[in-house]
Amino acid sequence: MKDMIQTKIPRAINWNRLEDDKDLEVWNRLTVNFWLPEKVPLSNDIQSWATLTDHEKQLTIRVFTGLTLLDTIQNTVGAPALMPDAVTPHEEAVLTNIAFMEAVHARSYSSIFSTLCSTKEIDEAFRWSEENPHLQAKAEAILNTYAPGNDPLKRKIASVFLESFLFYSGFYLPMYWSSRAKLTNTADLIRLIIRDEAVHGYYIGYKFQRGYEKLSDDEQQELKDYAFSLMFELYGIENQYTEELYDEIGLTEDVKVFLHYNANKALQNLGFEALFPPEVAEVNPAILAALSPDSENHDFFSGSGSSYVIGKAVATEDEDWDF
Amino acid sequence: MQMNQMPRPSHPYVLICPTYADGQGRGAVPKQVIGFLNDPDRRAGIAGVIGAGNRNFGATYALAGRIIAQKCNVPLLYSFELAGTETDIARVRAGLEKLGRHLCSTAA
Repeated sequence: MKDMIQTKIPRAINWNRLEDDKDLEVWNRLTVNFWLPEKVPLSNDIQSWATLTDHEKQLTIRVFTGLTLLDTIQNTVGAPALMPDAVTPHEEAVLTNIAFMEAVHARSYSSIFSTLCSTKEIDEAFRWSEENPHLQAKAEAILNTYAPGNDPLKRKIASVFLESFLFYSGFYLPMYWSSRAKLTNTADLIRLIIRDEAVHGYYIGYKFQRGYEKLSDDEQQELKDYAFSLMFELYGIENQYTEELYDEIGLTEDVKVFLHYNANKALQNLGFEALFPPEVAEVNPAILAALSPDSENHDFFSGSGSSYVIGKAVATEDEDWDF
Repeated sequence: MQMNQMPRPSHPYVLICPTYADGQGRGAVPKQVIGFLNDPDRRAGIAGVIGAGNRNFGATYALAGRIIAQKCNVPLLYSFELAGTETDIARVRAGLEKLGRHLCSTAA
């Protein structure tokens, strides 16, 4: 008699036969974007770090331990939990890359700490992260959704909310410092993390939408209700977390606008409409400029339209169009 | 998309283009759009470009719009994130109407 439990042997992955071109596209993007914290000259921030007050230093270290926890969850639980749900073998391979990069992110905060802080400060902040009720609450809300046996599409919702929303109460601070010309190398490293998380949120959101479009209207409604109620729950926690961290430095309201803006973007990754109206999601332009330096916002339309002059399209040869 | 399935605009048009750049900005303009603009007849009608992207990609945010504006020597009219907010949609709609009126009046 054969064993009751049969070992499922995966098929060898054939990257020359794709079921979804998006898998290869994202694989290529992620592998080209690979980086390690050693490539960022963090020690150039030592002088800048010394200009922060004790409270500003403590806030910064705490924010980074909070981010470390989220990256640790994605590395060890989140991305691996999505693997059994993968629809294609290539999706599973992409998720292994995502899982590893989350480990690189979690590791890079420790590089910042070892460059800028004392062991005592670091230990204190990690202790704080283990005891902070709001941080623990958001971790728990996400982990409950990742639990085995849960709906694969609900897991993707939680994953997109973590990647595209929950990180941003933390990412705000290095962008704020950078807008004031402080800790600019640290900000460069954080921008690399933000870039990766954007690909992760986009890809997992894309896979969510492919599953969602196969459902009946009723099932879609149930899932959409779930997404919005999870967003409300997480938003409530984020509000309290934000107040506790940023009240003393007077930035709470500015951070909350950033949360609204990112919550709307997370919902867009899932293909859903915005939750927060534009008037509460207009982010401080200094923070937007810190997010995407050298890419000023273009609004030709709000200038005077009469200044418009059609330039002559250049009569180029085809080979010039090597974008 | 095959070239013969591509739109063949007979009037001046504004191109709205997403960005797919890697960390160095390579591959920002999708291949299909390059194919479209490679055709001199199609390229001749472009009146402006609007770039879409995600600020989380830093300096390459909405880069496709900037590249096309430079290549085709037309203004970069606007840029927006992902599928745009309500505010973006209202601004683009109003801006395109204004631009349309202007192009009609100068053509006359």
